[in-house]
Amino acid sequence: MTDATAAAAPTNPAKSSLLAVNDRIRRRNAAEARFKYYGLAAIIVGLLSLVILLTAILSNGIPAFQRTVVQLEVTVTPEEYEAAEGTLFKTKEYEALFVGALSATLENAGIDADLSSDALERLVGKVGNNLRAFYRENEDQLGQPVTFEVPAASRIDRYFKGTLAVENITAENRFIQPADVDVAEAMMEAGLMATVFDWNFITGVDTGVDNPGGAGIGASVLGSFLMMFVVLVLALPIGVAASIYLEEFAPKNRFTDLIEVNISNLAAVPSIVFGILGLAVFIQFMHLPQSAPLVGGLVLTLMTLPTIIIATRASLKAVPPSIRDAALGVGASKMQAVFHHVLPLAAPGILTGTIIGLAQALGETAPLLLIGMVGFVARYPETFMGGLEGPNSALPAQIYNWVSRSDAVFTEKAWGGIIILLVFLLTMNIIAILLRRRFERRW
Amino acid sequence: MYDDARLIERNVATMDTKISAKGVDVFYADTHAIKDVNVEIEDKTVTAFIGPSGCGKSTFLRCINRMNDTIDICRVTGDILLDGEDINDKRVDPVQLRAKVGMVFQKPNPFPKSIYDNIAYGPRIHGLAKNKAELDDIVEKSLRRGAIWDEVKDRLDAPGTGLSGGQQQRLCIARAVATEPEVLLMDEPCSALDPIATGQVEELIDELRLNFSVVIVTHSMQQAARVSQKTAFFHLGSLVEYGDTGQIFTNPVDPRTESYITGRIG
Repeated sequence: MTDATAAAAPTNPAKSSLLAVNDRIRRRNAAEARFKYYGLAAIIVGLLSLVILLTAILSNGIPAFQRTVVQLEVTVTPEEYEAAEGTLFKTKEYEALFVGALSATLENAGIDADLSSDALERLVGKVGNNLRAFYRENEDQLGQPVTFEVPAASRIDRYFKGTLAVENITAENRFIQPADVDVAEAMMEAGLMATVFDWNFITGVDTGVDNPGGAGIGASVLGSFLMMFVVLVLALPIGVAASIYLEEFAPKNRFTDLIEVNISNLAAVPSIVFGILGLAVFIQFMHLPQSAPLVGGLVLTLMTLPTIIIATRASLKAVPPSIRDAALGVGASKMQAVFHHVLPLAAPGILTGTIIGLAQALGETAPLLLIGMVGFVARYPETFMGGLEGPNSALPAQIYNWVSRSDAVFTEKAWGGIIILLVFLLTMNIIAILLRRRFERRW
Repeated sequence: MYDDARLIERNVATMDTKISAKGVDVFYADTHAIKDVNVEIEDKTVTAFIGPSGCGKSTFLRCINRMNDTIDICRVTGDILLDGEDINDKRVDPVQLRAKVGMVFQKPNPFPKSIYDNIAYGPRIHGLAKNKAELDDIVEKSLRRGAIWDEVKDRLDAPGTGLSGGQQQRLCIARAVATEPEVLLMDEPCSALDPIATGQVEELIDELRLNFSVVIVTHSMQQAARVSQKTAFFHLGSLVEYGDTGQIFTNPVDPRTESYITGRIG
């Protein structure tokens, strides 16, 4: 039986036509096609979530870059100024002056409104400070008509941005009355109110909870930049030096293996652990100032170092050994070979790794919360060192801070802050890609 | 057998010994790669190392300029004397040694820099040129010695990696001679080249003999026969036979040598 088949097989090879596809091939092709569709589906899911994310961020965040303002010509006489400066609650007096002027203007414009100061104060935010600050700076403008552009009340702002529906405004509401909306519409028509691009959001500083419209993210952007500066100055040289030593000079033994494993582990340590470490070491033990970008930068340096070391070692490893041989062969010392030949070839990879590490650090929130970098910063620091040591916030911490406040305008600002954060991250990634393209060399 | 008339007639002048290896053993971790090699390499002579793959000829070559130092697990014992001085002496700086003993590698490995910088790098780090004009001279002289000057003289600023394989290898040879070495080690310099480029490099090797002592590792017995005056046959980490090229190829003493050059082993 077996003999018969064995003898028959070579003489009768199964002839198959190229045009007919056999079952095995068909199954294999089907599996390949299925795999392709799975991949495609995965990409579509990814893209869809990206689109949803971006739509949500943009639709919620773009309004933060606009604000409704009240534009009003006010004349404050020197006598009124003296009187206001003489009282205990000075901003209250200025507010009364502004509201008085507003009431007169409304009457002149023929807008039918409740002209009581309570009603008018519901239209504008806390403006007293704006007026006072202006006149203290420009006393020569006293007695002259000055056009002020002050933020409208946050409910009015939200009404014009469409995030506050008229139906939800009831007579019981302490902050806004149904009639206020009509007055605001009339003022908008009369040119007393306008929606403008809010530069203050980008350049300004954080405000108290009573003035959400005036809050800006500028100071925390600066805080983030100062931290990035600290990270760059510390993590790049330390990381590159460590990787060069490990990769090019260190003997390969158990001890260096151990170091290698630990560096990889460090990269996977949750960032909050670095935060606790920073709190314990930098603040409680070394007594560095709390909430300072210096400490934040130090903590983020610890966090970024493993990333930079891993990226640098990978790019050093990618330089072909023939280049090292060539350099050593003409009599270069080990250091010359590394610095003249290997490092320049590894530079694009190192830069990319560094920028990605920085971007990661820029978006990090948890460790900053632990070292108290959610400080309320009402003014910009005056000097560079002051900025490093003084309390400040950082972009993500500021966003976190705003979200936790009750006024909906702060939530909107938080979304706006996310847009700014994303713009920075995108910029850094683009720079990384460009640098890599620019310096990439073939060998 | 290679009863090539030129080969037998080739005059082998007895020169001074340049490199002398005595009882050299090399270990890679536990592998005994080179076993008790004794060889006297003469000055102003082309010496070819032949043998089957993995016989240790490249490893031995790399001992001569201590390139094996860069491999952690590699251990070299025995004495290698260059002009009577032990190159493995504690006082010897490998950098200084490598300036005296240049090396050309199997795969052309120009630096990803300009042709000029490729040549100028060695002289620069060794301080061989006092000024730009001297450096220019060295570069031109080296490129001429590398028989590549005419092809690249108009584009010295072009990247060295943009040249063809054969040109790259000649550039690497020019780079090796730019530091004025006394010995030139070549590790299968033609294995990545086509026959025409190989011919050019071989011609070049013959010219280099006038100034340097050249040691070349090759897989091609024809090449060894064409370019060398002395030939050493390695097998399984041992030096089997060493002698005049003519004698090795026409009248080998050891049966293993005979088997190899007639194609029975290897």
